[in-house]
Amino acid sequence: MKAGIGFWNILKKDIKNYYLKPPNISWGMIFPLSWTLMQLLRAPQGQAIDVKELLPGLMGMSILFGATSMLAVTITFERRGRSFERLLLAPISLSTMVLAKISGAILFGVIIAFVPVLLAACWIDLSGINWGMAFVSVVLMAVTSALLGLVIAVSAKEVFEAQTYSNFFRFPMLFLSGLFFPIERLPLLLQAVSYCLPLTYGVDMLKNAVLHTGAINIWLDLAALVGFSVLLFYICQRNIKRKWIIIR
Amino acid sequence: MNIISVKNLKKVYGDFTAVDGISFDIAQGEAFGFLGPNGAGKTSTINMLTGLSRPTAGTIRIDGIDGIKKIKKAQSIMGIVPDESNLYDEMNGFDNLTFCAALYGMGKAERQKRAAELLEEFNLKEAGDRPFKAYSKGMRRKLTIAAGIIHRPKILFLDEPTTGIDVESARQIRRLLSDLKRQGVTIFLTTHYIEDAQRICDRIAFIVKGRIVKSGTVDELLRNAGQEQVIRLTLSQGIKGIKNQFQQAFPALRIEAQSENDCLITAPERIALAPILQYLDSKGISVFEAKEARPTLEDVFVKVTGIEAGKPHKEKAGEHR
Ligand SMILES: Nc1ncnc2c1ncn2[C@@H]1O[C@H](COP(=O)(O)OP(=O)(O)OP(=O)(O)O)[C@@H](O)[C@H]1O
Ligand SMILES: [Mg+2]
Repeated sequence: MKAGIGFWNILKKDIKNYYLKPPNISWGMIFPLSWTLMQLLRAPQGQAIDVKELLPGLMGMSILFGATSMLAVTITFERRGRSFERLLLAPISLSTMVLAKISGAILFGVIIAFVPVLLAACWIDLSGINWGMAFVSVVLMAVTSALLGLVIAVSAKEVFEAQTYSNFFRFPMLFLSGLFFPIERLPLLLQAVSYCLPLTYGVDMLKNAVLHTGAINIWLDLAALVGFSVLLFYICQRNIKRKWIIIR
Repeated sequence: MNIISVKNLKKVYGDFTAVDGISFDIAQGEAFGFLGPNGAGKTSTINMLTGLSRPTAGTIRIDGIDGIKKIKKAQSIMGIVPDESNLYDEMNGFDNLTFCAALYGMGKAERQKRAAELLEEFNLKEAGDRPFKAYSKGMRRKLTIAAGIIHRPKILFLDEPTTGIDVESARQIRRLLSDLKRQGVTIFLTTHYIEDAQRICDRIAFIVKGRIVKSGTVDELLRNAGQEQVIRLTLSQGIKGIKNQFQQAFPALRIEAQSENDCLITAPERIALAPILQYLDSKGISVFEAKEARPTLEDVFVKVTGIEAGKPHKEKAGEHR
C-alpha cells in the first residue's frame, strides 16, 4: 500500500514534469515525423502501400527515440540536481523505485509509437493489422528501450554524456535493427550484430502484425524480447546496487 | 534506550579514510551534534547513517533495526535535511512537499493538510505556488527542512542546517528544532558553528579527520576545560614593549598580548590581582578593566583539536615544500 503510493507518485511526477512537457513531446515525435515526410515526398504519387510498409519502422523509431533518451536524460538530470537522492533516501525498495522510473518511459514510448499510426489512419486503410500482436510488440520494444536508457543513466554522470551515449546506441540500432533496411541486405558480420539487438525482434514482430511479412518466427521474437528484458533488468539492478548506493 | 547506536564505523574512499572507526550512541529524544571543520567526515557519516552510502566497516543500529542490512525499513522513521537542497527545481513548494510526503506513503488528504500547515509555519505560504528554483537561499533551506519533517520522523538528520542563511532565519530554525525536541524527536546534526552546537545540542562530539576526539554534554566539555583561571585586562596601552619583563616578573602566570590594548593572564589557580596592577602602574600603564574570562565551548574546541572553529582550516604554508 505504502509502496504503491510512492510508486504512483513518482510515476505521476515524471509524467507531469518530463513527459508532458511540450519540448519533450515534440523531441520524441519530430524525428520520426520528419523521416515520414521525407519518405512520402520521395515516394511516387498514389502508392498507399508505401506508407503502411513504413509504419513498423516508424513506430520502432519513435519508441527508440522516446523511451531510451528520455529516461537516460531525466535520471541523469535528477542525479546532477541531487533530487535523485530523495528517492534513494525514501523507504521505497530500489526495485519499486526503478520500476516507477521505467514505467513512465514505457508509457511514453507506447503512446508515442501510436502517433504515426494515428496520422497514417488519416491517409490509408489500416484494416488487416493484427492489433493485439502490434500492441504486445510495441510494449516489449518500449520495455527494452527504457531499460537500455536506464543502463545509460547508470553509467552517465552528466546530461550531455547521457545524450551522447543514447545516440551512440540509437543510431546504429536505427540501421541495424531492420527498421528501414532489410537485415538480409547487410554484410554478414553486421547481420550477426543485428541479431544481438532487441529492437530487431521487436520490429520483426511488428512487421508480422502490420504487414504479415516477418522474417523470424513470432514466438522466437517474443522469447527474444522477453529474454532481453529480463537480462537488461538484471544488469540494471546489479549496476544500480553497485553504483547508486555507494554514492559519488 | 539508545535509538542510534554506531560501532567502529568506517568509510574509505579509494585509499583515503574519511571516517576512521567512530562509535557513539544517541538516546531517544536527544539532540546530538557533530562539530568539526570542513572535511572532517561529518557528511560522510550522515550519508552512511541515512543509507546513501555503504560503510566500509562497522555497524549501525537504528531503533533496533540493522541500519545497513535493513536500511529501507530504518529509513521510514528518518527525516533527512541534506547540506544542499535536493528538492525539485521545476516543481512549486507545495508540490515538492506533498511529493516528499508521498514517498513515505502518506495519504493524499493528510499530505496536503501537512504541506499547507508547514508552509504556514515556515512563513512560505505565499511562495507555496512558486517554483522551487525561484526561492532564495533561506527559503530553500526552510522548505528543505519542511520536506524533512513532513512525515513526522522519529529521528531527524540535519547536515549544517544554518550554514549560509541570515541571522533571523537561523534563529527561526533553532526555535523549530527546540520545538521538535520538545515533541520527542531525536535530532542528529552536523555543524561547524559552535553556537549552534551549544544552543541546540544536549551532547556534542568533536570530529576531526574522521575521528571523534572528544564528546560529552556541553557542561561536561566546559567543566573539563575549566581548570585554569583566565583574566582579561583592558589597558591604556599595549604590553608589547614590556612583554618579556612582565612575564619574568610573574613566572607562575602565562601572559599573552591579545588585541591592541588587551592582555590575557592564565594560571593554574586563582590569580591575585594587586601585584599585577602595581607592576603595570609602575610601568605607566593603567588598568581600566579586569574580567574573568570563562572558557567557551570554542576554547575547548580549539584546545582539543588545535583548530580555529567556524573558520576555514588552513594548511600551514610551506609544509609541503
Ligand atoms: N566520494 C568521495 N571520494 C573521495 N573522497 C571523498 C568523497 N566524499 C568525501 N570525501 C573526502 O572525505 C573527507 C570528508 O568529507 P565530508 O564531506 O564527510 O566532510 P564534512 O565534515 O562534511 O565537511 P564539510 O564541513 O566541508 O561539509 C573529505 O576530505 C572529502 O574530500
Ligand atoms: Mg559536509
